[in-house]
Amino acid sequence: MTDLVVKGGTVLDAGGERRADVLVRDGVVAEVAEGLDAGRTLDAAGCIVAPGLVDLHAHLREPGMEDAEDISTGARAAALGGYTAVVAMPNTDPPIDTAAVVQQIVRAGRDAACHVAVSGCITKGRRGAELAPLGELFDLGVRIFTDDGTCVADAGLMRRALEYARALPGAVLAQHCEDPALARGGHMNEGTWSSWLGIPGMPAEAESVVVARDIALVGLTGGRVHFLHLSSAASVELVRAAKARGLAVTAEAAPHHFTLTDSLCCSYDPVFKVNPPLRTDRDVEAVKEGLADGTIDAIATDHAPHPPQEKERPFDEAPPGMLGLETALALTLSELVVPGLLDMARALALLSWQPARLAGLSGHGGPVAPGRPAHLCVIDPEAVWEVDPTRLASRSRNTPYAGRKLTGRVRHTLLGGEPVVLDGKAQR
Amino acid sequence: MRHLLGIDDLGPEGITDVLGLAESFLEVTRRDIPKVPALRGKTVVSMFYEDSTRTRLSFETAAKRLSADTMTFSAGSSSLRKGESLLDTVRTVEAMGIDAIVVRHRSSGVPQRISGWIDASVVNAGDGWHEHPTQALLDAFTLRRRRGPSFAGMRVTIVGDIKHSRVARSNVKALAALGAEMTLVGPPTLMPPDLARISGPSRSASWPVTVSYDLDEVLPTTDVLYVLRIQMERQSEALFPSLREYAARYGITCERLARLPADALVMHPGPTNRGVEIAADAADDPRSVINEQVSNGVAVRMAVLYQLLGTGGQVALGGAA
Repeated sequence: MTDLVVKGGTVLDAGGERRADVLVRDGVVAEVAEGLDAGRTLDAAGCIVAPGLVDLHAHLREPGMEDAEDISTGARAAALGGYTAVVAMPNTDPPIDTAAVVQQIVRAGRDAACHVAVSGCITKGRRGAELAPLGELFDLGVRIFTDDGTCVADAGLMRRALEYARALPGAVLAQHCEDPALARGGHMNEGTWSSWLGIPGMPAEAESVVVARDIALVGLTGGRVHFLHLSSAASVELVRAAKARGLAVTAEAAPHHFTLTDSLCCSYDPVFKVNPPLRTDRDVEAVKEGLADGTIDAIATDHAPHPPQEKERPFDEAPPGMLGLETALALTLSELVVPGLLDMARALALLSWQPARLAGLSGHGGPVAPGRPAHLCVIDPEAVWEVDPTRLASRSRNTPYAGRKLTGRVRHTLLGGEPVVLDGKAQR
Repeated sequence: MRHLLGIDDLGPEGITDVLGLAESFLEVTRRDIPKVPALRGKTVVSMFYEDSTRTRLSFETAAKRLSADTMTFSAGSSSLRKGESLLDTVRTVEAMGIDAIVVRHRSSGVPQRISGWIDASVVNAGDGWHEHPTQALLDAFTLRRRRGPSFAGMRVTIVGDIKHSRVARSNVKALAALGAEMTLVGPPTLMPPDLARISGPSRSASWPVTVSYDLDEVLPTTDVLYVLRIQMERQSEALFPSLREYAARYGITCERLARLPADALVMHPGPTNRGVEIAADAADDPRSVINEQVSNGVAVRMAVLYQLLGTGGQVALGGAA
């Protein structure tokens, strides 16, 4: 591999910000200084050179639902969004609750445009009845365990899972908080809009009662829990209080929960249907505050592709989920950084080094320093672009942001020193 | 006006226009030859994914009285095969050359979605819990024929399962837009979630209604009592302990009818569950206009179809498109 230099940008990592070029050799960062040159140059003028983003939560749909997405197309979408690592969710078919499926995904991910980390189920088949072989999956490198898509509803079982995982250093149990009895039959947020639109709703309490319960279980067991896709003010408040008490609780939020509200469902377009659902202005404000004040540790996309025919069904019949990998960074910049709620460093902490740490991906998230793997993204923070569902790399089209103009775009993405995205175009 | 997806497509002036037109068409339906050529050459298709003989027949009769050609697809018949997507079905139907689709579906929002996929006009004949605009229009028409064109100060009480009722939502919108004072009565579990938190009786901040959980208290100041059907299946959802208890607290009995003012009217969208929301002897009370509602349905639906497909009909657009 030729040496290459990422030239003319501003390096920004957990250590701070500095004008510098980055020399990359043999897949690692060789030097970070001004005035560097090499055989190949990647123009980063006016750009931020950051550690590649890390997504804790993406549905790559392989194995089993490849008409929506597969590892190759999902990873390409990720790379275009600035991600060098993505945690693949285990609600595949078959689910990731055995060594065989883990190995299948690891193999499929080898040539992917980003690193694909594999998560595992907490329970066998995600059925919520018996523990999956957590230790066996852990030995294969799995660090995040979740039944995502479904909540581990049995408090006794969740307690045992939390206890057992304590013997697996670095293992994180991630909960999809949704009490099945309270959420039953719901297809959008329960509130003023669902009342008028005549769509059965799921109250925010369906999420917050599980958040409260699992916080209590962490207290009981000494384990740690990570809350997926927090969507409500009540949940954010509970996590804030739990952290203040020193409990090992972390949380993530998805861009759609800090940019969109349930009023959008008035079009009855299932592109706005997602689980947890879009909620109220008050919930969006609370999520933003949580991102700003450290209550929420990471922005995670919950990238959930669905083929067009699925999202063309009546609202209550359509599956929930939205694309997210290619728009997360731009939404963070447009809606949080530009208006001044977060600075760029905090935004990148939420998108890159904090999720990298939570996922145990020590090679990702920076710092941008000699000897470190060259997993980088070069971001043009001023580029304005319009979201066009037909021009996304994902195999699916279900983005709620179609037609929206966003600020901030990835110019280049380097995976292990190799440009997988060059001038905004995928190379892999 | 291209579609009738909900009452908001009309606004107060639009509603009044439709009611005025319905008056003329009512006269037509009473002729020896109850037919006018207004929609000759137009094709109106009924797509009823949810069974409903009376509404479907009412629309088809309305179309035929206007000399339109009709086609029918109904649930359970092989013409609406399960598995064929809604999008494919409506596009196929449109390709046959049609001017309007009258659609009923168990999912809220389907007529609105369909209107985005095809060029033909879409009439909502009932979508999930959301709206049933022609029902509200024929209810308003029935009241207008009985009470005159002004609804100002008319005290309308709707009692029953408001939460799951598209008839309630459309009637609240239509009658409130015309100036009536709306009260909703039922157990908190059968109120839309937004309204169930109110301590009754009090005004809602988000709906133009007063909410009460005590029917007997509201009856003496009710000019129009609108009784909704209780679906038997709701009992299994823990929404009320039993049909017996529902009937005891909210059922319309002769005793309750006696608490109404002498000149009050009693309405029901049909079909009635005698013995549940309305006692058998109460259903035949002389103040009931239930049969008029049914017979007014054809004239009102003629007015709606004429507004959408007839040439030269001027419509006032009110509210959100």
